[in-house]
Amino acid sequence: MLKDEEIELFINELAQRYGYDFTNYARASLRRRIGRLITVDRMPSFAELYHRMQNDPGYLMHAIEELTVNVTEMFRDPSVFKVIKEEVLPVLATHPFIRIWHAGCSTGEEVYSMAILLDEANLLHKSLLYATDLNPSVIENIKKGIFPLNRMQQYSENYIAAGGKKDFSTYYTAQYGWAKFNQKLRLKMIAAMHNLVSDRSFNEFQLIFCRNVLIYFDKPLQDNALKLFDESLEKLGFLVLGSKENIRFSPIAKKFSQVQKEKIWRKIQ
Amino acid sequence: MAEDPVNKYKILAVGGSAGSLDAVLKIVTALPANTHLSVVIIVHRKSDGESILTDLLSTRTNLNVKEIEDKEPIMPATVYIAPADYHLLIENEDLFSLDISEKIHYSRPSIDVGFESIAQVFGKAAIGILLSGANADGAEGLNQIKQAGGFTIVQDPKSADVAFMPQQALEIMQPDKVLSSSDIAIFIKALLTKQA
Repeated sequence: MLKDEEIELFINELAQRYGYDFTNYARASLRRRIGRLITVDRMPSFAELYHRMQNDPGYLMHAIEELTVNVTEMFRDPSVFKVIKEEVLPVLATHPFIRIWHAGCSTGEEVYSMAILLDEANLLHKSLLYATDLNPSVIENIKKGIFPLNRMQQYSENYIAAGGKKDFSTYYTAQYGWAKFNQKLRLKMIAAMHNLVSDRSFNEFQLIFCRNVLIYFDKPLQDNALKLFDESLEKLGFLVLGSKENIRFSPIAKKFSQVQKEKIWRKIQ
Repeated sequence: MAEDPVNKYKILAVGGSAGSLDAVLKIVTALPANTHLSVVIIVHRKSDGESILTDLLSTRTNLNVKEIEDKEPIMPATVYIAPADYHLLIENEDLFSLDISEKIHYSRPSIDVGFESIAQVFGKAAIGILLSGANADGAEGLNQIKQAGGFTIVQDPKSADVAFMPQQALEIMQPDKVLSSSDIAIFIKALLTKQA
């Protein structure tokens, strides 16, 4: 088992040598990720990993990819998307131009889900979806719009549970175990690197998604990220978090009101 | 004082899968109303967005029953349920955290992940119970609770609806007790009841 000092050594190395600041990541999860990195790369000990980090800059990207959790799905928690469709889209529709930010979007399944909802509401043509993540490689995936075919049955069920009326398979073309999504969905996407720990606000949005990212942060870093979202939201804009995340105990809570029982909050002041 | 079980233990962790609901209900029903323990239930279940299990357990105990949210404080005298589709982790003795990383043993929450984290943070202040299930998840985690000095109980495979999970545990470790679900409830009640 990893010692606390080893975790701190590792974090210091990432921060000082490479500028990736994991200082305020929740330790329990980070401990598992570092342990997993050692297992996946068949290293005999932490010392081996540490030596590699110090001497092989090429190893960094791989390490960052493994340390950050890239698990996502389309229309994850369908009830959230149902409420977005019924309560949020009609509000967005009144704007001449719609700006949405998917912060920590991982491989982009959520961005494509949102593009589908916008397309069905006939709003995609006047929307821009900013998809950002810490990981450069996952951003490449968003640009390609290619996802594993074996997930499509689950996604189709989620889509229907979220109130989707079409045949989900009309949105992609199946080829060699992959589903390639329609070009039209990604024309309005902008993918970029953004680190919620160190990067600032870069625009004003009417809707921000950040789902199952804050769970990896400690409380002070969560509060910082929420402040960044508050600063990046227009008045009466919406913030969507993961199903077990909450703004209840953060300083921004008083400026927001929850939409139904979902993890959607509207900025009221 | 140190050896008094009422004060020695701070957390009771219960893991189960297929066929474990009945045993979970019996254990929760048997919890003394004045216990100071935090009770954590980690069972494999579908993500349905509803609070059926929370509501069901609430009918069996006067203790507060709630599904865990991220960075939720760990309070005494409370029954916590690990949410579906997240791994449960213990940040420190006062704080839960959640994780959506890869499934372990095809499961999220994985009992192994939750139990290992409990073992790391609570050590000998933990009690671990592994119940019925059709999956190898939980055996290694329970073993870690034991290695860290905690108290461990495995449901007797003969009394379990699905024997595989408790059987897996018995193959890799020797728990402090092997009991039927009814006897686990009786034992826990006696262990945690304050002597006059």
